Amino acid sequence: MVASPRLPSAQPAGISARGWGWRHAGRTEWAVRNLDLDIRPGERVLLLGASGAGKSTVVHALAGVLGGDDEGEREGTLELDGLPPEASRGRVGLVLQDPDSQVILARVGDDVAFGCENLAVPRAEIWSRVAESLDAVGLDLPLDHPTSALSGGQKQRLALAGVLAMRPGLLLLDEPTANLDPEGVAEVRDAVAGVLDRTGATFVVIEHRVEVWRDVVNRVVVLDPDGGIRADGPLEEVLAREGEALAREGVWVPGHHPGAPERTRDAGAVVLRTEDLAIARVKDTPLGTGIDLELRAGTALAVSGPNGAGKSTLGLTLAGLLHPEHGRVLAEAIAGDLPPDPIRWKSRDLLTRIGTVFQDPEHQFLAPTVREELAVGPRALGLPPAEIDERIEGVASRLRLSRLLDANPFTLSGGEKRRLSVATVLVTRPAVLVLDEPTFGQDARTWAELVALLAELLDRGSAIVAVTHDAEFIAALADTEVRLAPWSHRPGLVEVVR
Amino acid sequence: MTVLEPIAGERVIHRINPVAKLAASAVIAVALVLSIDWVSASVALALEFALFPWAGLSARQFVRRTWPVWIAAALGGLTILLYGQPSGDTYLRFLLVHVTDGSIELSIATVLRMLAIGLPAIVLFATIDPTELADGLAQIVRLPARFVVGALAGLRLVGLFIGDWRALELARRARGVADHGRIRRFWGQAFALLVLSIRRGSKLATAMEARGFGSAPRTWARESRLHGRDAVLIVLGLLVASAAVSVSVATGQWNFIAGR
Repeated sequence: MVASPRLPSAQPAGISARGWGWRHAGRTEWAVRNLDLDIRPGERVLLLGASGAGKSTVVHALAGVLGGDDEGEREGTLELDGLPPEASRGRVGLVLQDPDSQVILARVGDDVAFGCENLAVPRAEIWSRVAESLDAVGLDLPLDHPTSALSGGQKQRLALAGVLAMRPGLLLLDEPTANLDPEGVAEVRDAVAGVLDRTGATFVVIEHRVEVWRDVVNRVVVLDPDGGIRADGPLEEVLAREGEALAREGVWVPGHHPGAPERTRDAGAVVLRTEDLAIARVKDTPLGTGIDLELRAGTALAVSGPNGAGKSTLGLTLAGLLHPEHGRVLAEAIAGDLPPDPIRWKSRDLLTRIGTVFQDPEHQFLAPTVREELAVGPRALGLPPAEIDERIEGVASRLRLSRLLDANPFTLSGGEKRRLSVATVLVTRPAVLVLDEPTFGQDARTWAELVALLAELLDRGSAIVAVTHDAEFIAALADTEVRLAPWSHRPGLVEVVR
Repeated sequence: MTVLEPIAGERVIHRINPVAKLAASAVIAVALVLSIDWVSASVALALEFALFPWAGLSARQFVRRTWPVWIAAALGGLTILLYGQPSGDTYLRFLLVHVTDGSIELSIATVLRMLAIGLPAIVLFATIDPTELADGLAQIVRLPARFVVGALAGLRLVGLFIGDWRALELARRARGVADHGRIRRFWGQAFALLVLSIRRGSKLATAMEARGFGSAPRTWARESRLHGRDAVLIVLGLLVASAAVSVSVATGQWNFIAGR
C-alpha cells in the first residue's frame, strides 16, 4: 500500500476533564456529572453509554457549542490543551448526525471553504485547503457541484471535509452514520479512518453501533448515566467486561445483537396488491414502473434499495397516500363497501385499514400531549370515550409510554418519538401497517421491542410493509424482500423471495 | 427547476456583479417614481426592451419570470382607470366608477410605470446567484457578515421546508384528520411547519457555530469586486433613467410628484 501524503495539520489536541458537569437550563437532573477524563493527543476514543448518559453533551461541550450561562449550568473544568473549548476556536471539528442540517452553502467548494473563512484564513490558502480536504474524504466532485444533489453519505463526507479544512487538532463525531444506508456508513467510516491516518488528530466518536468503529478506535470510554465513567480501556477488554450490560442498555455490541422472534402463523389472504404500478413523487417523473406485488395477511414485505431509488415513494403509494403514476393499488379484502383503490378512500377510512408510520415521527405529530396524540385517530373514528381511554392505556403500556402521557411529543427522545409514532397507528388497529425506516437511528433496545411487537402483530393476522435498509430487521421479520434498483439501472425491480 | 432558482449561463450578464444589477434597477426605479407621466415611463420601457436581448433570458424564461408583473400592472391600471382622479370628459359613470380623460391617461401612465420599474428588476434578479449576492452585499456594500451569511444559509432551508410541507400533508391524511376543516388544518399544518423550521434553524446554527461562524474577523473565499462591465451596466441604468427624465421634461410632461 502506498502511504497517503500526510496532511499539514495542527498539533493533535489533548483533553482533560476534572469533576465536570452540565445541567441544561430548566432541568433538575444533571446531563453529565463528576466527569474525570484524560484523552492524550492522537488517541481515538469511542464514547459509549445508554441513551441519556450525556454522550452528546460531552461532545458538544468539547466543541464549544453548549452555549453560555443562560443555556445551562456547569461545574468543574473541561479543557482542551489547557484552555476552555470556547477559547480554542478552530481547534475542534464537529460532525453531527443529521446530514441535512449540516450543509451550509449551495455549492460543494463554498461549503468546505466556510469554516476557513470564519477562521480568517487568507483566500489563496482557503482554496488549496478545500481541494486537499475534498481529496482526503474522497469526494471527487467539481467545486460548483450543488450540495442539494448529494446523497446522505456524501453530505456527511462533505461535512467532514468542511471541518478538516479548518485543520482541527480534535475531530468529534456525534452519531455521524445513524441516518445512512449501509453503503453510506462504510463510505463515511473509511473517509474518517483515512483522514485520521493522514492528520494524526485526536478523535472522539459517539455511536451506538460498536461494529462500525471497531477497527478505527483504540480506546472505549463508557459513561455512566448516574455520573462519571463506568468503564475505560481498550475496546475488546471493555466489551468483554461490560458488553452484556451495554447490550441491555441499548448499545449494539458485537455478539450481543438482539435475535429474531419466533413466528407462528402462516400467510393468509391477499390484503393488498398492485397491478402494473408506476410510482412517482413528482408527476411525470416515474421512479419505478411495472411493479406487481402481493401482500398477504400475517406476512411482512420489506422494500429495500439504495437512497433515492423510490423506496419511500413506493411505501406511501401502497399506503394510499400518493397517487399511482400509472396502474393501480388494490385492497379488495379490506375495502368493504369502499372502492378497492386506497387512494380513493377518505382520510378517516384509512385508519382501520392502512396505518402509516412516517420516517420522521415529527411530521405526524398533531397534539400537545402524548395522550392527545394517541386520541386523534380513535376520535376521528368516533369511538366512545371509555373505549378511547382503554385503547390508549393499552398501547401506552405496551410501548412503554405510560409515564409520558402528559409530555409534549416534541420533547421526547428519539426512541420515545419512534415508539409514539408506532403507537398512534396501532391504536386504531389497521389491517395493514406501512412503516418507513422504522429502525433508523434506534438503539438496540428499542429495535428489539419494535421487532417483537411487529412479530406479534403479524401473528395476529396484520400485514406489514416496511421500507428499510436495515438488513438485520429484514432478516428478523420479512417474508418477502423487494429490492428497488438504483437510478442508473432502470428499469428494474429486483424481487428477492425469502 | 423552479422560478426561485437563478438562471445560470456563460454570458456577460452572468459575470456581472449582483450589486451592479441591484444598483442599475434601483437607479431606474428612483427616477421613475419621481413623476407619474406616461412619456418618461414609455421612454424607459422602450430602452429596456432594446436591452433585454442581452439579459440572459430566453423568451420563454422571460414570460415565465415576468408574468406576475404584467398581471399586477394590468390590475393596477384597471383600478386607476375606474377609480382614478377624474378630470376632462367623462366616458362612463356607475356608482364609484368614473372613467374620464384624466383617469385614462393616469391609467396608461401607471401600467407603463409598473412595467418599466418591475421588468428590469425581475430580469436582472433572475440571473443573480444568491451566494454571489451575499458576497457582494458583504464585501462591496459592507453589510454585516453575520446577517448576510446567516440569511444565505437560511435560504437553503427553504427547499427542505417544501419537502416538510408535503410530508405534513400526507401525514394528516394518514392520521385520519384530512377530511374536514380544510382551513383549520392549513393553520395547524403551518404551525407544525413553523415548529419544524425553528428546530432545523437551530440545528443549522449549531453546525455553523461549530465551524467557527459568528466572531469577526473573517475572510472571504470568493472575492466580490466591481469591474468595468459592472460599471457599464450601472451607466446603462443611469442612461435609461436620464433619457426618460430628459424626454419627459423636454416634452413638458414631467410631473414631479413632490411638486403637485
